[in-house]
Amino acid sequence: MADKTITVEVLRYRPEQDPAPEFQRYQVPFSDDMSVLQALLYIKDELDETLSFRWSCRMAICGSCGMMINGDPKLSCKTFLRDIHPATVRVEALNHFPIERDLVVVMDDFIDKLERIQPYIIPAEPRSLDQGAYLQTPAQLDKYEQFSSCINCLLCYAACPQYGLNPTFIGPGALALLHRYNADSRDGASAQRMELVAAEEGVFNCTAVGYCSEVCPKHVDPANAVNQNKTTAAADYFARFLKPKGSGK
Amino acid sequence: MNKRRPYVRPMTGWWRKNPFFIEYMIHEGTALFVAAYALVLLAGLVCLAQGEAAWNGWLGALRHPLAILFHLVTLAMLSYHSWTWFKIMPKTMPPVVLGGRRLPAAAITGGGLAAVALASIAALGLVWGMTR
Amino acid sequence: MRRPLKRSNAPIFWGLFGAGGMLSALLGPVLVLITGLAVPLGLLFGSDAMSYQNMLAFAQNWLGKAFAFAVVSLFLWHAGHRIFHSLHDIGIHGGPLAKLVCYGGALLGTLVAAFSLLSIGF
Repeated sequence: MADKTITVEVLRYRPEQDPAPEFQRYQVPFSDDMSVLQALLYIKDELDETLSFRWSCRMAICGSCGMMINGDPKLSCKTFLRDIHPATVRVEALNHFPIERDLVVVMDDFIDKLERIQPYIIPAEPRSLDQGAYLQTPAQLDKYEQFSSCINCLLCYAACPQYGLNPTFIGPGALALLHRYNADSRDGASAQRMELVAAEEGVFNCTAVGYCSEVCPKHVDPANAVNQNKTTAAADYFARFLKPKGSGK
Repeated sequence: MNKRRPYVRPMTGWWRKNPFFIEYMIHEGTALFVAAYALVLLAGLVCLAQGEAAWNGWLGALRHPLAILFHLVTLAMLSYHSWTWFKIMPKTMPPVVLGGRRLPAAAITGGGLAAVALASIAALGLVWGMTR
Repeated sequence: MRRPLKRSNAPIFWGLFGAGGMLSALLGPVLVLITGLAVPLGLLFGSDAMSYQNMLAFAQNWLGKAFAFAVVSLFLWHAGHRIFHSLHDIGIHGGPLAKLVCYGGALLGTLVAAFSLLSIGF
Protein backbone atom coordinates (compact mmCIF):
# COMPACT_ATOMS: atom_id res chain seq x y z
CA MET A 1 0.00 0.00 0.00
CA ALA A 2 2.54 2.58 1.11
CA ASP A 3 4.98 2.61 -1.77
CA LYS A 4 6.39 6.12 -1.37
CA THR A 5 7.63 8.28 1.48
CA ILE A 6 7.23 12.01 1.94
CA THR A 7 9.02 14.40 4.27
CA VAL A 8 6.70 16.18 6.69
CA GLU A 9 8.01 19.20 8.58
CA VAL A 10 5.87 20.15 11.55
CA LEU A 11 6.18 23.34 13.57
CA ARG A 12 6.45 22.00 17.13
CA TYR A 13 5.79 24.04 20.24
CA ARG A 14 5.67 22.51 23.70
CA PRO A 15 5.29 25.44 26.11
CA GLU A 16 6.79 23.50 29.02
CA GLN A 17 10.09 22.93 27.20
CA ASP A 18 10.38 24.99 23.97
CA PRO A 19 11.26 28.69 24.31
CA ALA A 20 9.92 29.20 20.74
CA PRO A 21 8.37 27.00 18.00
CA GLU A 22 10.77 24.91 15.90
CA PHE A 23 10.37 22.62 12.92
CA GLN A 24 10.71 18.87 13.34
CA ARG A 25 11.02 16.49 10.36
CA TYR A 26 9.36 13.12 9.91
CA GLN A 27 9.50 10.58 7.08
CA VAL A 28 6.02 9.30 6.33
CA PRO A 29 5.19 6.36 4.03
CA PHE A 30 2.10 7.22 2.00
CA SER A 31 -0.30 6.07 -0.68
CA ASP A 32 -2.15 8.24 -3.19
CA ASP A 33 -5.36 8.36 -1.17
CA MET A 34 -3.73 9.86 1.94
CA SER A 35 -4.40 13.38 3.21
CA VAL A 36 -2.05 15.59 5.22
CA LEU A 37 -4.25 14.83 8.24
CA GLN A 38 -3.61 11.11 7.73
CA ALA A 39 0.13 11.82 7.61
CA LEU A 40 -0.16 13.58 10.98
CA LEU A 41 -2.18 10.65 12.38
CA TYR A 42 0.54 8.28 11.14
CA ILE A 43 3.17 10.38 12.91
CA LYS A 44 1.18 10.37 16.15
CA ASP A 45 0.47 6.62 16.00
CA GLU A 46 3.82 5.34 14.74
CA LEU A 47 6.57 7.94 15.20
CA ASP A 48 5.90 10.53 17.89
CA GLU A 49 2.95 10.37 20.24
CA THR A 50 3.71 13.84 21.66
CA LEU A 51 2.45 15.64 18.53
CA SER A 52 -0.76 17.63 19.18
CA PHE A 53 -3.35 18.69 16.61
CA ARG A 54 -7.12 19.10 16.33
CA TRP A 55 -9.25 16.94 14.08
CA SER A 56 -12.57 15.22 14.00
CA CYS A 57 -14.62 14.37 10.92
CA ARG A 58 -11.94 13.80 8.22
CA MET A 59 -14.42 15.00 5.59
CA ALA A 60 -14.24 18.81 5.51
CA ILE A 61 -17.37 19.50 7.51
CA CYS A 62 -16.29 19.88 11.16
CA GLY A 63 -13.78 22.67 10.54
CA SER A 64 -11.30 21.43 13.18
CA CYS A 65 -8.20 20.54 11.18
CA GLY A 66 -7.28 23.92 9.65
CA MET A 67 -3.53 24.58 9.49
CA MET A 68 -0.91 26.29 7.36
CA ILE A 69 0.23 23.81 4.70
CA ASN A 70 3.23 25.02 2.74
CA GLY A 71 2.28 28.58 3.66
CA ASP A 72 -1.42 28.50 2.79
CA PRO A 73 -4.32 28.06 5.21
CA LYS A 74 -5.95 24.72 4.38
CA LEU A 75 -8.05 21.92 5.86
CA SER A 76 -5.52 19.11 6.32
CA CYS A 77 -8.22 16.48 5.66
CA LYS A 78 -8.87 18.01 2.24
CA THR A 79 -5.22 18.42 1.18
CA PHE A 80 -3.63 15.35 -0.39
CA LEU A 81 -0.02 14.20 -0.11
CA ARG A 82 0.02 13.12 -3.77
CA ASP A 83 -0.47 16.78 -4.80
CA ILE A 84 2.58 17.88 -2.80
CA HIS A 85 4.97 14.94 -3.35
CA PRO A 86 7.93 14.97 -4.09
CA ALA A 87 8.16 18.34 -2.32
CA THR A 88 8.23 18.55 1.47
CA VAL A 89 4.99 19.13 3.39
CA ARG A 90 5.50 22.03 5.76
CA VAL A 91 2.79 22.19 8.40
CA GLU A 92 2.30 25.05 10.88
CA ALA A 93 -0.44 26.18 13.24
CA LEU A 94 -2.95 28.60 11.66
CA ASN A 95 -1.44 32.06 11.19
CA HIS A 96 -2.55 35.07 13.26
CA PHE A 97 -3.60 32.97 16.28
CA PRO A 98 -1.47 32.33 19.37
CA ILE A 99 -0.08 28.78 19.42
CA GLU A 100 -1.31 26.76 22.40
CA ARG A 101 0.74 23.66 21.54
CA ASP A 102 2.14 22.35 18.24
CA LEU A 103 -0.69 22.75 15.68
CA VAL A 104 -3.33 23.73 18.23
CA VAL A 105 -4.19 27.44 18.31
CA VAL A 106 -5.94 29.53 20.96
CA MET A 107 -9.33 30.36 19.46
CA ASP A 108 -10.95 32.13 22.42
CA ASP A 109 -10.87 35.42 20.53
CA PHE A 110 -12.95 34.01 17.68
CA ILE A 111 -15.45 32.36 20.04
CA ASP A 112 -15.88 35.70 21.79
CA LYS A 113 -16.49 37.44 18.45
CA LEU A 114 -18.92 34.77 17.35
CA GLU A 115 -20.98 35.56 20.44
CA ARG A 116 -20.87 39.29 19.80
CA ILE A 117 -22.38 39.10 16.30
CA GLN A 118 -25.57 37.46 17.66
CA PRO A 119 -25.46 34.51 15.23
CA TYR A 120 -29.11 33.51 15.45
CA ILE A 121 -32.38 34.72 13.97
CA ILE A 122 -33.91 37.57 15.95
CA PRO A 123 -37.42 38.12 14.53
CA ALA A 124 -38.58 41.69 14.05
CA GLU A 125 -41.78 40.87 15.93
CA PRO A 126 -42.50 38.02 18.31
CA ARG A 127 -44.21 35.15 16.54
CA SER A 128 -46.46 32.47 17.99
CA LEU A 129 -46.65 28.81 16.98
CA ASP A 130 -50.15 29.09 15.49
CA GLN A 131 -48.82 31.55 12.91
CA GLY A 132 -47.11 28.55 11.35
CA ALA A 133 -43.76 28.18 9.66
CA TYR A 134 -41.91 31.02 8.00
CA LEU A 135 -42.18 30.96 4.24
CA GLN A 136 -39.17 31.95 2.17
CA THR A 137 -38.84 32.26 -1.60
CA PRO A 138 -35.81 30.81 -3.44
CA ALA A 139 -34.70 34.40 -4.12
CA GLN A 140 -34.80 35.19 -0.37
CA LEU A 141 -32.84 32.00 0.36
CA ASP A 142 -30.27 32.91 -2.28
CA LYS A 143 -29.48 36.16 -0.44
CA TYR A 144 -27.89 34.37 2.54
CA GLU A 145 -27.44 30.69 1.62
CA GLN A 146 -23.75 30.83 0.69
CA PHE A 147 -22.93 32.65 3.95
CA SER A 148 -24.63 29.90 5.96
CA SER A 149 -22.10 27.32 4.72
CA CYS A 150 -19.43 28.55 7.15
CA ILE A 151 -17.92 25.77 9.30
CA ASN A 152 -15.90 28.12 11.57
CA CYS A 153 -12.62 26.57 10.42
CA LEU A 154 -10.75 29.91 10.80
CA LEU A 155 -8.88 29.58 7.49
CA CYS A 156 -10.15 33.06 6.53
CA TYR A 157 -8.70 34.52 9.73
CA ALA A 158 -5.34 32.91 8.97
CA ALA A 159 -5.61 34.46 5.47
CA CYS A 160 -6.49 37.95 6.71
CA PRO A 161 -3.46 40.20 7.29
CA GLN A 162 -5.72 42.89 8.75
CA TYR A 163 -6.77 40.49 11.53
CA GLY A 164 -3.12 39.58 12.06
CA LEU A 165 -2.15 43.24 12.30
CA ASN A 166 -5.11 44.24 14.47
CA PRO A 167 -6.77 41.38 16.40
CA THR A 168 -9.58 43.67 17.61
CA PHE A 169 -10.98 43.48 14.03
CA ILE A 170 -14.10 41.28 14.10
CA GLY A 171 -12.69 39.53 11.03
CA PRO A 172 -13.99 37.79 7.89
CA GLY A 173 -15.65 34.65 9.30
CA ALA A 174 -17.70 36.28 12.05
CA LEU A 175 -18.73 39.15 9.76
CA ALA A 176 -19.81 36.67 7.06
CA LEU A 177 -21.98 34.94 9.65
CA LEU A 178 -23.32 38.28 10.82
CA HIS A 179 -24.28 39.02 7.23
CA ARG A 180 -25.87 35.58 6.95
CA TYR A 181 -28.40 36.59 9.63
CA ASN A 182 -28.80 40.19 8.44
CA ALA A 183 -29.60 38.95 4.94
CA ASP A 184 -32.19 36.43 6.15
CA SER A 185 -35.78 37.56 5.54
CA ARG A 186 -36.82 36.03 8.89
CA ASP A 187 -34.38 38.21 10.83
CA GLY A 188 -35.05 41.75 12.01
CA ALA A 189 -31.90 42.64 13.94
CA SER A 190 -29.73 44.34 11.29
CA ALA A 191 -29.99 47.66 13.12
CA GLN A 192 -28.95 45.98 16.38
CA ARG A 193 -25.89 44.43 14.71
CA MET A 194 -25.00 47.71 12.96
CA GLU A 195 -23.31 49.05 16.10
CA LEU A 196 -20.64 46.36 15.75
CA VAL A 197 -20.45 46.52 11.94
CA ALA A 198 -19.86 50.29 11.97
CA ALA A 199 -17.56 50.31 15.01
CA GLU A 200 -13.81 50.79 14.90
CA GLU A 201 -13.55 47.00 15.29
CA GLY A 202 -15.92 46.53 12.34
CA VAL A 203 -15.89 46.25 8.57
CA PHE A 204 -13.67 49.26 7.82
CA ASN A 205 -10.55 47.39 8.97
CA CYS A 206 -10.88 45.38 5.76
CA THR A 207 -8.75 46.55 2.82
CA ALA A 208 -10.29 44.10 0.33
CA VAL A 209 -7.24 41.85 0.15
CA GLY A 210 -9.68 39.08 -0.82
CA TYR A 211 -7.48 36.16 0.25
CA CYS A 212 -10.12 35.08 2.82
CA SER A 213 -12.54 34.22 0.02
CA GLU A 214 -9.76 32.50 -1.90
CA VAL A 215 -8.95 30.04 0.92
CA CYS A 216 -12.51 29.37 2.14
CA PRO A 217 -13.16 25.63 1.73
CA LYS A 218 -16.93 26.22 1.63
CA HIS A 219 -17.04 29.10 -0.93
CA VAL A 220 -18.65 31.42 1.59
CA ASP A 221 -16.93 34.51 0.08
CA PRO A 222 -16.46 36.37 3.39
CA ALA A 223 -14.81 39.30 1.54
CA ASN A 224 -18.12 39.95 -0.20
CA ALA A 225 -20.05 39.85 3.10
CA VAL A 226 -17.63 42.31 4.71
CA ASN A 227 -17.64 44.69 1.76
CA GLN A 228 -21.42 44.68 1.32
CA ASN A 229 -21.57 45.78 4.93
CA LYS A 230 -19.15 48.65 4.29
CA THR A 231 -21.79 50.08 1.97
CA THR A 232 -24.62 49.61 4.48
CA ALA A 233 -22.46 51.00 7.33
CA ALA A 234 -21.57 54.05 5.22
CA ALA A 235 -25.24 54.61 4.34
CA ASP A 236 -26.10 54.32 8.04
CA TYR A 237 -23.32 56.77 8.90
CA PHE A 238 -24.62 59.48 6.60
CA ALA A 239 -28.32 58.75 7.16
CA ARG A 240 -27.93 59.98 10.76
CA PHE A 241 -27.47 63.50 9.45
CA LEU A 242 -30.67 63.35 7.41
CA LYS A 243 -32.94 62.21 10.25
CA PRO A 244 -34.81 64.89 12.21
CA LYS A 245 -33.33 65.77 15.59
CA GLY A 246 -34.54 63.77 18.56
CA SER A 247 -35.48 60.69 16.52
CA GLY A 248 -32.84 58.62 18.29
CA LYS A 249 -29.77 57.10 16.69
CA MET B 1 1.23 26.50 38.32
CA ASN B 2 -0.29 27.26 34.91
CA LYS B 3 1.76 25.61 32.17
CA ARG B 4 -0.02 27.53 29.40
CA ARG B 5 2.26 29.89 27.52
CA PRO B 6 0.56 30.75 24.20
CA TYR B 7 3.10 31.78 21.60
CA VAL B 8 2.28 34.80 19.42
CA ARG B 9 4.10 34.87 16.10
CA PRO B 10 5.26 38.25 14.72
CA MET B 11 3.74 39.81 11.56
CA THR B 12 7.01 41.22 10.22
CA GLY B 13 7.35 40.83 6.46
CA TRP B 14 3.97 39.04 6.12
CA TRP B 15 3.36 40.52 2.67
CA ARG B 16 6.58 39.01 1.29
CA LYS B 17 5.58 35.47 2.22
CA ASN B 18 2.74 34.80 -0.21
CA PRO B 19 2.35 35.65 -3.94
CA PHE B 20 -1.24 36.72 -3.23
CA PHE B 21 -0.01 39.33 -0.75
CA ILE B 22 2.81 40.50 -3.04
CA GLU B 23 0.21 41.21 -5.74
CA TYR B 24 -1.94 42.99 -3.14
CA MET B 25 0.96 45.27 -2.17
CA ILE B 26 1.67 46.05 -5.84
CA HIS B 27 -1.93 47.03 -6.57
CA GLU B 28 -2.06 49.07 -3.36
CA GLY B 29 1.21 50.66 -4.52
CA THR B 30 -0.50 52.06 -7.63
CA ALA B 31 -1.81 54.73 -5.22
CA LEU B 32 1.69 56.29 -5.19
CA PHE B 33 1.38 56.87 -8.94
CA VAL B 34 -2.20 58.13 -8.68
CA ALA B 35 -0.95 60.64 -6.09
CA ALA B 36 2.09 61.63 -8.17
CA TYR B 37 -0.04 62.18 -11.29
CA ALA B 38 -2.59 64.22 -9.29
CA LEU B 39 0.30 66.40 -8.04
CA VAL B 40 1.53 66.92 -11.63
CA LEU B 41 -1.97 68.05 -12.62
CA LEU B 42 -2.23 70.20 -9.48
CA ALA B 43 1.04 71.92 -10.42
CA GLY B 44 -0.49 72.52 -13.86
CA LEU B 45 -3.57 74.14 -12.30
CA VAL B 46 -1.40 76.41 -10.13
CA CYS B 47 0.66 77.41 -13.21
CA LEU B 48 -2.49 78.00 -15.25
CA ALA B 49 -3.78 80.36 -12.54
CA GLN B 50 -0.45 82.22 -12.53
CA GLY B 51 -0.52 83.10 -16.24
CA GLU B 52 0.79 82.20 -19.68
CA ALA B 53 4.52 82.14 -18.85
CA ALA B 54 4.07 79.78 -15.91
CA TRP B 55 1.76 77.53 -17.95
CA ASN B 56 4.26 77.30 -20.81
CA GLY B 57 6.96 76.46 -18.26
CA TRP B 58 4.82 73.54 -17.00
CA LEU B 59 4.12 72.38 -20.58
CA GLY B 60 7.85 72.52 -21.32
CA ALA B 61 8.64 70.46 -18.23
CA LEU B 62 6.24 67.76 -19.47
CA ARG B 63 8.38 67.38 -22.62
CA HIS B 64 11.49 66.52 -20.60
CA PRO B 65 12.58 62.89 -21.24
CA LEU B 66 12.28 62.13 -17.51
CA ALA B 67 8.69 63.45 -17.52
CA ILE B 68 7.91 61.22 -20.52
CA LEU B 69 9.46 58.24 -18.71
CA PHE B 70 7.48 59.07 -15.56
CA HIS B 71 4.23 59.20 -17.54
CA LEU B 72 5.00 55.90 -19.29
CA VAL B 73 5.46 54.19 -15.92
CA THR B 74 2.38 55.98 -14.55
CA LEU B 75 0.33 54.84 -17.54
CA ALA B 76 1.32 51.24 -16.79
CA MET B 77 0.57 51.57 -13.07
CA LEU B 78 -2.79 53.29 -13.59
CA SER B 79 -3.78 50.67 -16.13
CA TYR B 80 -2.89 48.04 -13.54
CA HIS B 81 -5.02 49.96 -11.03
CA SER B 82 -7.99 49.88 -13.48
CA TRP B 83 -7.57 46.15 -14.03
CA THR B 84 -7.27 45.26 -10.33
CA TRP B 85 -10.06 47.70 -9.34
CA PHE B 86 -12.57 45.89 -11.53
CA LYS B 87 -11.09 42.47 -10.78
CA ILE B 88 -11.88 42.99 -7.06
CA MET B 89 -15.25 44.62 -7.80
CA PRO B 90 -17.35 41.38 -7.73
CA LYS B 91 -16.09 40.78 -4.19
CA THR B 92 -16.92 44.29 -3.04
CA MET B 93 -20.46 44.84 -4.33
CA PRO B 94 -23.85 43.33 -3.55
CA PRO B 95 -24.90 40.55 -5.95
CA VAL B 96 -26.54 41.79 -9.14
CA VAL B 97 -29.58 39.71 -10.02
CA LEU B 98 -30.66 39.89 -13.64
CA GLY B 99 -33.73 37.94 -14.74
CA GLY B 100 -33.66 35.84 -11.58
CA ARG B 101 -30.00 34.85 -12.03
CA ARG B 102 -26.90 36.17 -10.35
CA LEU B 103 -24.52 38.01 -12.63
CA PRO B 104 -21.24 36.02 -12.64
CA ALA B 105 -18.06 37.69 -11.35
CA ALA B 106 -16.48 37.67 -14.81
CA ALA B 107 -19.40 39.67 -16.20
CA ILE B 108 -18.98 42.38 -13.53
CA THR B 109 -15.23 42.62 -14.17
CA GLY B 110 -15.82 42.55 -17.93
CA GLY B 111 -18.47 45.26 -17.65
CA GLY B 112 -16.07 47.46 -15.68
CA LEU B 113 -13.27 47.00 -18.20
CA ALA B 114 -15.69 47.71 -21.06
CA ALA B 115 -16.63 50.94 -19.23
CA VAL B 116 -12.91 51.84 -19.07
CA ALA B 117 -12.58 51.25 -22.83
CA LEU B 118 -15.69 53.33 -23.59
CA ALA B 119 -14.66 56.17 -21.26
CA SER B 120 -11.16 56.18 -22.80
CA ILE B 121 -12.47 56.32 -26.37
CA ALA B 122 -14.97 59.03 -25.39
CA ALA B 123 -12.22 61.10 -23.72
CA LEU B 124 -9.89 60.75 -26.71
CA GLY B 125 -12.72 61.66 -29.10
CA LEU B 126 -13.75 64.63 -27.00
CA VAL B 127 -10.21 66.05 -26.83
CA TRP B 128 -9.71 65.35 -30.53
CA GLY B 129 -12.95 67.19 -31.34
CA MET B 130 -12.19 70.13 -29.05
CA THR B 131 -8.71 70.70 -30.47
CA ARG B 132 -9.73 70.59 -34.14
CA MET C 1 -11.31 43.90 28.71
CA ARG C 2 -13.80 44.67 25.95
CA ARG C 3 -13.75 48.32 24.96
CA PRO C 4 -17.09 50.08 24.54
CA LEU C 5 -17.93 50.28 20.85
CA LYS C 6 -17.05 53.52 19.12
CA ARG C 7 -18.44 54.36 15.68
CA SER C 8 -15.74 54.53 13.02
CA ASN C 9 -15.38 57.73 11.00
CA ALA C 10 -14.02 55.70 8.10
CA PRO C 11 -17.15 56.10 5.90
CA ILE C 12 -16.08 59.68 4.98
CA PHE C 13 -12.59 58.63 3.91
CA TRP C 14 -13.72 55.30 2.51
CA GLY C 15 -16.34 57.11 0.41
CA LEU C 16 -13.77 59.53 -1.01
CA PHE C 17 -11.39 56.60 -1.58
CA GLY C 18 -14.05 54.74 -3.51
CA ALA C 19 -15.09 57.74 -5.60
CA GLY C 20 -11.47 58.54 -6.47
CA GLY C 21 -10.69 54.89 -7.12
CA MET C 22 -13.58 54.59 -9.54
CA LEU C 23 -12.74 57.85 -11.34
CA SER C 24 -9.04 56.96 -11.63
CA ALA C 25 -9.88 53.42 -12.78
CA LEU C 26 -12.20 54.74 -15.51
CA LEU C 27 -10.23 57.77 -16.66
CA GLY C 28 -6.74 57.60 -15.10
CA PRO C 29 -4.97 55.74 -17.92
CA VAL C 30 -6.47 57.82 -20.74
CA LEU C 31 -5.75 61.10 -18.93
CA VAL C 32 -2.09 60.11 -18.46
CA LEU C 33 -1.99 59.11 -22.11
CA ILE C 34 -3.36 62.50 -23.21
CA THR C 35 -1.66 64.96 -20.84
CA GLY C 36 1.57 63.08 -20.16
CA LEU C 37 2.39 61.41 -23.48
CA ALA C 38 0.29 62.37 -26.54
CA VAL C 39 0.34 66.15 -26.09
CA PRO C 40 4.00 66.54 -24.95
CA LEU C 41 5.15 64.26 -27.78
CA GLY C 42 2.89 65.98 -30.32
CA LEU C 43 1.02 62.76 -31.16
CA LEU C 44 -2.68 62.33 -32.04
CA PHE C 45 -3.61 65.93 -31.33
CA GLY C 46 -2.13 69.20 -32.59
CA SER C 47 0.94 70.44 -30.74
CA ASP C 48 -1.07 73.35 -29.34
CA ALA C 49 -3.81 71.06 -27.98
CA MET C 50 -2.98 72.19 -24.45
CA SER C 51 -2.07 75.77 -25.30
CA TYR C 52 -2.62 78.48 -22.67
CA GLN C 53 -5.70 79.80 -24.50
CA ASN C 54 -7.25 76.33 -24.83
CA MET C 55 -6.66 75.36 -21.22
CA LEU C 56 -7.75 78.75 -19.87
CA ALA C 57 -11.02 78.41 -21.80
CA PHE C 58 -11.36 74.86 -20.44
CA ALA C 59 -10.75 75.94 -16.84
CA GLN C 60 -13.09 78.94 -17.15
CA ASN C 61 -15.96 76.74 -18.26
CA TRP C 62 -17.85 75.54 -15.17
CA LEU C 63 -17.92 71.97 -16.47
CA GLY C 64 -14.17 71.96 -17.15
CA LYS C 65 -13.57 73.50 -13.73
CA ALA C 66 -15.66 70.86 -11.99
CA PHE C 67 -13.93 68.07 -13.91
CA ALA C 68 -10.41 69.33 -13.15
CA PHE C 69 -11.32 69.78 -9.48
CA ALA C 70 -12.87 66.31 -9.21
CA VAL C 71 -9.88 64.62 -10.85
CA VAL C 72 -7.19 66.29 -8.77
CA SER C 73 -9.06 66.19 -5.47
CA LEU C 74 -10.56 62.70 -5.68
CA PHE C 75 -7.31 61.17 -7.01
CA LEU C 76 -5.55 62.62 -3.96
CA TRP C 77 -8.18 61.36 -1.48
CA HIS C 78 -8.10 57.92 -3.11
CA ALA C 79 -4.31 57.75 -2.95
CA GLY C 80 -4.12 59.23 0.56
CA HIS C 81 -6.49 56.64 2.00
CA ARG C 82 -4.77 53.74 0.25
CA ILE C 83 -1.30 54.89 1.28
CA PHE C 84 -2.53 55.34 4.87
CA HIS C 85 -3.63 51.69 4.93
CA SER C 86 -0.43 50.54 3.21
CA LEU C 87 1.61 52.25 5.92
CA HIS C 88 -0.41 50.22 8.46
CA ASP C 89 0.25 47.10 6.37
CA ILE C 90 4.02 47.56 6.51
CA GLY C 91 3.96 48.24 10.24
CA ILE C 92 3.51 52.02 10.54
CA HIS C 93 0.26 52.07 12.48
CA GLY C 94 -2.06 55.03 11.93
CA GLY C 95 -0.19 57.54 14.05
CA PRO C 96 -1.06 61.25 13.92
CA LEU C 97 1.87 61.84 11.54
CA ALA C 98 0.64 59.22 9.04
CA LYS C 99 -2.86 60.74 9.22
CA LEU C 100 -1.48 64.25 8.76
CA VAL C 101 0.60 63.29 5.72
CA CYS C 102 -2.07 61.15 3.97
CA TYR C 103 -5.32 62.95 4.71
CA GLY C 104 -3.80 66.36 5.42
CA GLY C 105 -1.99 66.16 2.08
CA ALA C 106 -5.21 65.33 0.26
CA LEU C 107 -7.02 68.19 2.01
CA LEU C 108 -4.23 70.64 1.20
CA GLY C 109 -4.22 69.54 -2.46
CA THR C 110 -8.00 69.96 -2.57
CA LEU C 111 -7.75 73.50 -1.19
CA VAL C 112 -4.94 74.49 -3.56
CA ALA C 113 -6.90 73.08 -6.53
CA ALA C 114 -10.05 74.95 -5.45
CA PHE C 115 -8.13 78.19 -4.91
CA SER C 116 -6.36 77.94 -8.29
CA LEU C 117 -9.55 77.15 -10.19
CA LEU C 118 -11.46 79.98 -8.48
CA SER C 119 -8.68 82.48 -9.18
CA ILE C 120 -8.77 81.52 -12.87
CA GLY C 121 -12.30 82.96 -12.86
CA PHE C 122 -15.38 82.13 -14.90
